Amino acid sequence: MQDVIENLSRTIREAASRRRPLCIRGGGTKDFYGGETRGDVLDTRACRGIVSYEPTELVITARAGTPLAEIDAALRAEGQMLAFEPPRFGEGATLGGCIATGLSGPRRVYAGAVRDFVLGVRVLDGSGNELRFGGQVMKNVAGYDVSRLMVGSLGTLGVLLEVSLKVLPLPVAEITLRREHSQTEALALMDEWSRMPLPFSASCHAGNQLCFRLSGAEAGVRAAREKMGGEEVADGTAFWEKVREQRLEFFGQPGPLWRLSVRSSMPPLDLPGTQLIEWSGALRWLKSDAGAAMVRDAAAGAGGHATLFRAEDKSAGAFHPLPAALMKLHRRLKQNFDPAGILNPGRMYPDL
Amino acid sequence: MRVVAEKLLVDLARQRQVVSALRAFLPESAVLFDEEDVKPYECDGLSAYRQVPMVVALPDTEEQVCRVLSTCNEMRVPVVARGAGTGLSGGALPLGNGVLLSLAKFMRILEVEPRSRTARVQPGVRNLAISEAASPHGYYYAPDPSSQIACTIGGNVAENSGGVHCLKYGLTVHNILKLRVATIEGEIVEVGSEALDSAGYDLLALMTGSEGMLGVVTEVTVRLLPKPVCAQVVMAAFDDTEKAGHAVASVIAAGIIPAGLEMMDQAATRAVEEFVHAGYRTDAAAILLCESDGTEEEVAEEIERVQKIMEESGAVQTQVSRDEAERLRFWAGRKAAFPAVGRISPDYYCMDGTIPRKRLGEVLRKIARMEQKYGLRCANVFHAGDGNLHPLILYDANVADELQRTEEFGAEILELCVAVGGTITGEHGVGVEKINQMCVQFRGAELEAFHGVKRAFDEHGLLNPGKAVPTLSRCAEFGRMHVHSGEEKFPDLPRF
Repeated sequence: MQDVIENLSRTIREAASRRRPLCIRGGGTKDFYGGETRGDVLDTRACRGIVSYEPTELVITARAGTPLAEIDAALRAEGQMLAFEPPRFGEGATLGGCIATGLSGPRRVYAGAVRDFVLGVRVLDGSGNELRFGGQVMKNVAGYDVSRLMVGSLGTLGVLLEVSLKVLPLPVAEITLRREHSQTEALALMDEWSRMPLPFSASCHAGNQLCFRLSGAEAGVRAAREKMGGEEVADGTAFWEKVREQRLEFFGQPGPLWRLSVRSSMPPLDLPGTQLIEWSGALRWLKSDAGAAMVRDAAAGAGGHATLFRAEDKSAGAFHPLPAALMKLHRRLKQNFDPAGILNPGRMYPDL
Repeated sequence: MRVVAEKLLVDLARQRQVVSALRAFLPESAVLFDEEDVKPYECDGLSAYRQVPMVVALPDTEEQVCRVLSTCNEMRVPVVARGAGTGLSGGALPLGNGVLLSLAKFMRILEVEPRSRTARVQPGVRNLAISEAASPHGYYYAPDPSSQIACTIGGNVAENSGGVHCLKYGLTVHNILKLRVATIEGEIVEVGSEALDSAGYDLLALMTGSEGMLGVVTEVTVRLLPKPVCAQVVMAAFDDTEKAGHAVASVIAAGIIPAGLEMMDQAATRAVEEFVHAGYRTDAAAILLCESDGTEEEVAEEIERVQKIMEESGAVQTQVSRDEAERLRFWAGRKAAFPAVGRISPDYYCMDGTIPRKRLGEVLRKIARMEQKYGLRCANVFHAGDGNLHPLILYDANVADELQRTEEFGAEILELCVAVGGTITGEHGVGVEKINQMCVQFRGAELEAFHGVKRAFDEHGLLNPGKAVPTLSRCAEFGRMHVHSGEEKFPDLPRF
């Protein structure tokens, strides 16, 4: 494997010396995400394989080019899972892309996000130096938390080689229920439920249907089910996979797709288009032709931010603009890890 | 006992300049420099290291904090931020040529928002005060470091504090949503948001645990959790530490994430039992405490499974807490482990490594061998759920060369932690204490990257300089936490 890493490192060093941008890519399933990709493709898929997996340690370490499906299968065989339910968006999705995009699925609001499970990383910086941060243990406060900084940084700070993640046991019992509610009712209900100690693990409202999942110990799930009511959805697993992979009808509608991450207790956001709600109200997907400024103002007003998730035209910028003082810190961090500015330039913000 | 205090002579002319610059916008009472006024700030919970600061500033508005910082930046005066000063690694140790920026006046809970389950608080608010304020709404703030009655949330953010429940509920980084941070340039940046994520790099994570090196936190928004309806604990005694280690692994392998999972070896158990009479078996080689929380149905189901696993793993005795009083009594023993050890030895030195759980047996065996090698006893308490090991080396500083042997013993333990795939510090932070051991854990390239991160926030290296990340030229010797009985800075605070 060291030869694979040396090859990657050499490519980076050469690109840096010529200031030629590199486009870091694993399975290419998330090319659509963020700003436009440019530069020579740096394929990470040769850097592949599970390095170590100790179920009783609740830790898996795998190389960045490892397909998520392979990791999923290994965990499932031991009754464990990546609790943040990362979306694949295609067959070849890799661990590296999962970490670099920092996207989490339906269980996120209840179990935690990708960043909450990252324990350590091995990366190549923009000069081709191999760096290791964090480790394979749950508690580690030695040095700055660069591992979590890498999550969601879209490859602009380094090329991921290896990642250690905390994993969790699969729930003993799981059930998906459905109730009919308008958006306003559903939001109020999810808000009320989220203030109680209930074993929630997912929620999704689209049209007039509120679906939610309960996970945990048998007795706890049974008791909560009685409390909350609703009709059982036959194939819950398939349903949440469709939510996660954006294969529900909602996502098939034409037009740009926005992702609004907001304060969960916000009532319905008054925006043109249709919305699908996840994470007990904290995540609102919007299919709309509304202008970027309008959508972003609404998200900011709700304590959050808006991402132009899928669109033909991303000239308005994929990500929410940052205040000047924050952007200055971003530029300096980028300069530190990638002084030549060759790693995925423009993928996050035009000047990173 | 060695006092590592470099008695720098204060540059009086410089001191006058700084005092007058700060008094331009702070009242006289908020800028201290007389020896007797600044003396109380000379150390934090790691009292072996002492240094009187040149000036202490006590602002009470965010704007004043920004002005203190920008003034120091312009004058190139180093600044050390401080909350309650309960830290165990010397992170708040002042500088003789610097300003000690106390956040003690930032004690207000600005808002408890039951609908969004958040609380917005100032950095000087005590950890436990947040849970107390949230309690009428049925919520609490999950991270519970042992010093929670005194330590402040600002310090918790700086150290990424955990607690006995962090396997299930996470560390500070998992339980905060947003920070307002004053930069050394005197600008306010907001990192994180009221939503579950935010645009750009995850500076919330980067800032958490950065030991005051990147900015000064002026406001924290924390996530609150609904209080569990009930909690119960299983106490299990083992005649062999390896068996206890296997029991821990078996609980996890069974798909259980306990709310707390703690272990003590015989030396620790005996010291504790004599002290608080928690009901531990003193003939056991190790005691495990495993807590379950949640709804009554969940707890009943989980406790039954845990007890069965303990028995199958060879526990010589198991006992389930019958009521809240008994649950608290079981915990009282564990929580008194540090002071109990303090009673049986004139001094002890607490280590804070984390190891992969599966290496526990091996690590304890090697530590036992080191006890022979150094001629010193060691009691071990272990946050078994997350692998955080606190060996307490017993020594007497008044015996010639015991301190030196203790230091060598401690150094060998930390190196062992790194060698088995762990880390030199799980929760106490690097501070000044473990700065040299950073050289064992990281190579030059990573240390350089850390310095680069620091420069991105603090170009002139003025925020808490000399802590947490060693310069490459410094990577040489080792430092420690020492507690001398009666001389501990916070003798009444629980430490576990």
